[in-house]
Amino acid sequence: MLNYIWLGMIVVAVVTAGARDAFVDGSPHIAAVTKAAVDSAETAVKLSIGLIGVMSLWLGMMRLAEKGGLVGLIAHAMRPVMSRLFPDVPKDHPAMGCMLMNMAANVLGLANAATPLGIKAMEELEKLNRTPGTATNAMCVFLAVNTSSIQLIPATAVAILSASGSKNPTAIIGAALVATTVSTFVGIVAVKLLEKLPCYRLPDPQQPENLGSTSSATNGETL
Amino acid sequence: MNGAREVIELLSVWAIPALLVMIPLWASWKRIPVYEEFVEGAKEGFQTGVRIIPFLVAMLVAIGMFRASGAIDWITQACSPLLAWLGFPHELLPLSLMRPLSGGGSMAIFSDLVKTHGADSFLARAAGTIMGSTETTFYVVAVYFGAVGVKRTRHAIPAGLLADAAGIMAAIWICRWLFVSC
Repeated sequence: MLNYIWLGMIVVAVVTAGARDAFVDGSPHIAAVTKAAVDSAETAVKLSIGLIGVMSLWLGMMRLAEKGGLVGLIAHAMRPVMSRLFPDVPKDHPAMGCMLMNMAANVLGLANAATPLGIKAMEELEKLNRTPGTATNAMCVFLAVNTSSIQLIPATAVAILSASGSKNPTAIIGAALVATTVSTFVGIVAVKLLEKLPCYRLPDPQQPENLGSTSSATNGETL
Repeated sequence: MNGAREVIELLSVWAIPALLVMIPLWASWKRIPVYEEFVEGAKEGFQTGVRIIPFLVAMLVAIGMFRASGAIDWITQACSPLLAWLGFPHELLPLSLMRPLSGGGSMAIFSDLVKTHGADSFLARAAGTIMGSTETTFYVVAVYFGAVGVKRTRHAIPAGLLADAAGIMAAIWICRWLFVSC
């Protein structure tokens, strides 16, 4: 899926820019595409490096919350919901606590805390992954919850409306709450249905290496 | 309504400092050596940041090229008859297409919509609701899966995009109901 989307974006970009330059107007769109490619690569590295600071801060905090038993307490309280959402994850696995902390940060709109906590949760989920390099069902559910936005208050949007002279910038809060509930619900239903489709089926876990040697040994015996 | 605004402002100012003081206090009360354990946890930050780089480069380069080519304008033009028939305001299509790709890009389109149509217009409010109820799906996928080296993302992207589409539709529908009928 991602292979095609990625390729598609690059091909559409170059073809569109080329076509505009050739047939529509003279302004150099293709030069803009080149510049965007180089600049975006630089931005990506800056973003990743920039993430290291907040990441270390929240991973440190997370460690304190974990050691102090705070994460376990929250995880225990939310157990019925979490075990239904993530049936493949053992009920007391640290991944549950991390995912909950990430969702809590998302609900409160703390984006710079949510990302490090989410990454930590993914690392915990990866420990349960028997097919490295391929996403597990639990990872996809977690991603769907994250990408559907579960924040309670759209603080940035309210701030922009307010700065632009809106008389009632908080008017959108109720609407956003309804819309975000719908998107989260659809995201969870979609991810749970899609995981059953044959084209998204999880590949068989990689065969342990000794299995190959035993089968060749049996072959040798029969020969 | 003014009260609600004050509560929100208070919450956004105090949420992080409150967590930064509550968590170490709680841990310390549980007799955890807070400084030592904090440093131990923070150690992992660097590796993760570096591990994400190739994934984010791949994603942001493709998105950056796509944006710069102006393909979104063309798609909007090509789709506007269909959108009119569906009752989807065509002014909101560029935002809807940009939203899963880029946080900065969609924020710029949103600000522009607010400026052109007025901060209390239906379009500005619907756009704000869209901003608040959807996420930059591709960025989240690149960062989260990149951190654990997952390259085959299976159904994560279709599900994320369906959630975004549902959020956008719900936003337009509820805003039309709340802000237009009266």
